[in-house]
Amino acid sequence: MSDLTLDRAYAPLRRQRRLPLPPLGASLALLFLAALVLAALLPQLFTRLDPLAIVPREAFQPPSWAHWLGTDQSGRDIFARIVHGTRQSLFIGLAATALSMTIAITLGLLGGLGGARLDRGVGWLLEVLFAFPSLVLALLFVAVFGSGIGPLIIATGLGGAPGYARMVRGQVLAVRNAGYIEAARALGHPTSRIVLRQLLPNAMRPLVVTLTMGVGQAIVWASALSFLGLGARPPAPEWGTMLSMGRDFIANAWWLTFFPGLFIVLTTLSTTVTGRYIQQRLEGRLP
Amino acid sequence: MSDKTLIVDGLSIAFGGQTVVRELSFAIEPGRCVALVGESGSGKSVSARSLVGLAGSRAEVSARRLSFGGHDLLTLNERQWRGVRGKDIGFVLQDALVSLDPLRPVGKEILEVLQTHRYGDRQQRGARVLELLERVGVPDVALRARQRSGQLSGGLRQRALIASALAMDPALVIADEPTTALDATVQAQILEVFQQIKARGASLLIISHDLAVVAQLADEVVVLRHGEVVEQGPMQQVLRAPRHAYTQALLAAVPAEHPRGGRLSPQRAAVAVAPRVARDRPNEPLLQATGLGKRYLGPDGVVRQVVQGVGFELRAGRTLGIVGESGSGKTTVARIALGLLQPDEGQVLYRGQPWNLPGNAVDEATRRPLRREISVIYQDPLGSFDPRWNVAQILDDALHVAAVAASQRPARITRLLGQVRLPAALAERRPLQLSGGQRQRVAIARAIASEPKLIICDEPVSALDVSVQAQVLDLLADLQDELGLAYLFISHDLGVIRHVSDDVLVMRHGEVVELAPVEQLFSQPAHDYTRRLLGAVPRLPGSGAALVVPPLDPEHDAFDLFDESRLWKIAI
Repeated sequence: MSDLTLDRAYAPLRRQRRLPLPPLGASLALLFLAALVLAALLPQLFTRLDPLAIVPREAFQPPSWAHWLGTDQSGRDIFARIVHGTRQSLFIGLAATALSMTIAITLGLLGGLGGARLDRGVGWLLEVLFAFPSLVLALLFVAVFGSGIGPLIIATGLGGAPGYARMVRGQVLAVRNAGYIEAARALGHPTSRIVLRQLLPNAMRPLVVTLTMGVGQAIVWASALSFLGLGARPPAPEWGTMLSMGRDFIANAWWLTFFPGLFIVLTTLSTTVTGRYIQQRLEGRLP
Repeated sequence: MSDKTLIVDGLSIAFGGQTVVRELSFAIEPGRCVALVGESGSGKSVSARSLVGLAGSRAEVSARRLSFGGHDLLTLNERQWRGVRGKDIGFVLQDALVSLDPLRPVGKEILEVLQTHRYGDRQQRGARVLELLERVGVPDVALRARQRSGQLSGGLRQRALIASALAMDPALVIADEPTTALDATVQAQILEVFQQIKARGASLLIISHDLAVVAQLADEVVVLRHGEVVEQGPMQQVLRAPRHAYTQALLAAVPAEHPRGGRLSPQRAAVAVAPRVARDRPNEPLLQATGLGKRYLGPDGVVRQVVQGVGFELRAGRTLGIVGESGSGKTTVARIALGLLQPDEGQVLYRGQPWNLPGNAVDEATRRPLRREISVIYQDPLGSFDPRWNVAQILDDALHVAAVAASQRPARITRLLGQVRLPAALAERRPLQLSGGQRQRVAIARAIASEPKLIICDEPVSALDVSVQAQVLDLLADLQDELGLAYLFISHDLGVIRHVSDDVLVMRHGEVVELAPVEQLFSQPAHDYTRRLLGAVPRLPGSGAALVVPPLDPEHDAFDLFDESRLWKIAI
């Protein structure tokens, strides 16, 4: 027990030795994410091929120099489809996370600041939402409002919201009692300013990590919904949809499913590794 | 020299090539006490830890000789250390709250030591636990042994921790700041326990920053600074006729020895302003509180009266000290005075106008324009700064409230930093990169940014080293003279209170025990409790007063010590 105490006491010494450069894993993850963003903005940089051009006589070609990752059942270049699908996948991930966060902040602030009765109400609502598996909730939503990108984003965003809301509420409760909030009250700041300028930013700070990881999670969910035929409709080059389409040919043409799957995995992995890295940086610098 | 003598010769400790302790040498014979004295960062704690093999895996410990009771402490491996620790050397950690397992009864905690070292059989061990608790002065041992640390008061916790260190009757007891977090009366009782340990023939090594505490126990004093020994010798000689300037500065910084008006930090004495002006100007009353009462609903559903019938008047330019032990309701009174917490009874007037009344009678909108006239300084400045901000942003925020135009703020920030004697270059730093004293100065700069008439100081120097404490107290005094500030000054430290206050309010269990001008209170305390409190303050040798150990206070040590700080959170 005493060793522990001492380790903590000398932790600052250790911190100084940490290299300022991100470690290899985080560097690779950051590079990959940067490439994804670039592909989303300017897919032409990566490939000249048209993701939608059907060339029946070039169907089911394995990976080669002409088609790096092979072609699908209609002879479309899989690499081009993945690159062009980036925009949609990233957009879905970011938009869904943003939506989750908006709902979460609203509920979290209501619960954390609205007094005991409102807090209990929000708590119950979150419990109920939690009781549903999020994916089932999302499925329900898509089933009612039809498939497509818009409902897909809303469904994924709704599914993620309760988890974030609970974290926001906890953070708000913790930050609300912090010394600097009381100091701000004593200085005479109006409540609205304290909430916007101090409470919310400080409550959100630890959530940056969760958010980064959440984008990857949202991409997986959106892909899963697309895979089930509830998201983007073919022939749109969406990663989950591509997985779904390739499923029928998995015995003969593995590359139809393998490469979209690989990109989903790599994207999620990169966001997670990046999130961890940000977390370590934040913890290293701040108590 | 007997076999049970601790010999430390040329002890040096380094972390990663950086030496934190250099050439420390001393010896403790049985029944004697050596004190390592120094401020934070002086290397006193790590020296003590190296004597029980707990300096940490990265510490490079070297010495010409380090031996105790026939053991060469330098060559012990971890397994051998475990045989020595607890058995031959008892170690009392600083913070009893975190050092005791919150989920285990304290009796079990002591039992564990006995089991580790295979003491007697089951029944003997059980009897030994009770005997130990009795020896350190725990009342009702059978009941207390079954309670967990959270159910005990700070003093009882510290006693239980000492009992576990004494379990095997070690020949050497090392105590790292054993009384630092304790109230004066409890501190006196704990010191008495250590006296008894010494009288039983054990060697004692006390680590402390508090010279007055050291004076009660030590035979020899080693003064450390930045890991180097600056002075070493018999206690009477070091404390009465210190040779080194640093020891002299440490002694001069003890506020209890320097009543109102004197300066504490020597390096500034030369530039000190004229003797403090007479403080009998016709001052208008700023803050008037009458009949304040506050109740909380505790977690167990029992309503507790935290503050009852508290009243006082604070005039412009003067200082009212509020002194009391933990749980006496001081901080609740401060929060009511600040208008952050509503009283259940009574009223607070600010400059004759209603400032804080029960039941939302004064709303925040009415108070807000006046808030800039009342500032606050907390014990923990770091916690009171937004962690995202640097010093400039913290002050900018305060100036924003004071309606200073954005264009004038940079100049004002520089001036504010100058007023609290900080270099302007510090503005870009974050509070985390500052020392404790610098942080408190930033907090003071923020407090004076809005040009207030009154600052409420809640234990502003309790977390600081003596010499830094002295500088901050001097700074507060200077600012009072320069700006005509009034202070509502809260502290548990009677020495500090005596040094800063014009009038003193003594609180106990939420009620006012005594309210009197400072010199009258200290020379002729009217109330029995005040006398007990004053008697419990350890003094330096030569100041005459002997330590009066107060009897155990049954109410204070009652079950769940009432924790104010925890209850605020429920109330907000």
